[in-house]
Amino acid sequence: MGQLKVIGGGGEDVAVTTRLSDLLQWARKWSLFQYPFVTACCGMEFMATAAPRYDIARFGAEAPRFSPRQSDVLWVVGTISQRQGPVVRRIWEQMADPKWVIAFGTCASCGGFYDNYTTIPGVDKVIPVDVYIPGCPPRPEAVLDALMLLQEKIQANDRRPIVVPPKHVVENAPGRPKEDG
Amino acid sequence: MSQAALDRLSAQFGERILETSDAFGEHEATFAAKDWVEAARFLKDDDDLQMDHFIDLTAIDYPERASARFDVTLMVRSSVNSQRIRLRTQVKDAEKLGTLSDIWLGANWAEREVFDMFGIEFQDHPDLRRILLYEEFIGHPLRKDYPIDKAQPLVPYREVTDITKLPPFGIEEGQPFARIDWEARLAGGDHQVSPAIGVQQGQRRTLSDSEAAQQIQARIDARMAAEAASPADTAEEDSGE
Repeated sequence: MGQLKVIGGGGEDVAVTTRLSDLLQWARKWSLFQYPFVTACCGMEFMATAAPRYDIARFGAEAPRFSPRQSDVLWVVGTISQRQGPVVRRIWEQMADPKWVIAFGTCASCGGFYDNYTTIPGVDKVIPVDVYIPGCPPRPEAVLDALMLLQEKIQANDRRPIVVPPKHVVENAPGRPKEDG
Repeated sequence: MSQAALDRLSAQFGERILETSDAFGEHEATFAAKDWVEAARFLKDDDDLQMDHFIDLTAIDYPERASARFDVTLMVRSSVNSQRIRLRTQVKDAEKLGTLSDIWLGANWAEREVFDMFGIEFQDHPDLRRILLYEEFIGHPLRKDYPIDKAQPLVPYREVTDITKLPPFGIEEGQPFARIDWEARLAGGDHQVSPAIGVQQGQRRTLSDSEAAQQIQARIDARMAAEAASPADTAEEDSGE
């Protein structure tokens, strides 16, 4: 939470004060109901992220709601064709405020290699996006990074769009094959 | 593919087969458009052929060809004899070809796709609508004179400045958008990639008068100058915060 002030100390007579808006944002960021708008192969990575191995439930974001009216986060997972443009736009319009959008993968972020008449070059052409996840498809770690970024943005009440930054691969990490020469 | 099937077809139709081919072991017979349906029906109904498996029907655009603009090809297979054959015919622009959808049910959607992508109409087709694109789409995109990046959005793009490249993306980053100068290319320019990709890859500037290329170059120059001035600051910026 943003500003915390601890009053008292020791024993049971401790009180913590904060601003109501900070408390509200804190509650929001740990209870993100998601609407997965899955159109393409990125969906497999989304499923991997949601499954127990990566366990998106740790972040309070495990509950998919297949009604946009009950959702907080719209995951645009995969290529959005021009024909789907009105659909994704309408789903976004049906969501209640406050709402956030995550562009999952290269196609949703900028069209990917579909540089042609069929594909919307990035879902941000029709709806505003909060977090872009690069990758074709992104690894689940990148997806969790995006979710944590979104949580930080929600806590800070920051609506500027952001790209998940790349992570450097640790050399000689356990389980990583060693390269010759 | 099968030479036997082609022989059977030749024996039946003789001179009406305009051309045969067995290139790469794939046997093919070319018919006139008026014999198209009859030949296809013979493939299905003949006791020796029994081509009961419709594989695909598609078209090829030859805009430079004077005689007829399109080739339509049909690929079928016999599950009884394990034989394959391909039929081909030439269709002029705006000429109608007979439908095969009452011979093979699968031809229904294939012909709709050919209509959608090439604008070839099929006589007596039960439901000739677009199948992949939307009703509002104007033109037929697999015709070679359709500009490949000419999108026809169904919803208007958001009303924000610089919708082509929104922050946090830079103009030279990611997929370029509406960036191929088609007029220049059709006028004979040798520009084969978009300016953004060309600059990224250090290619020579083929569209020197392109506004986009100049913008991108100016931005890259500015960034390199900034990096040279203070490398530490820009490194922090790039980390995404």
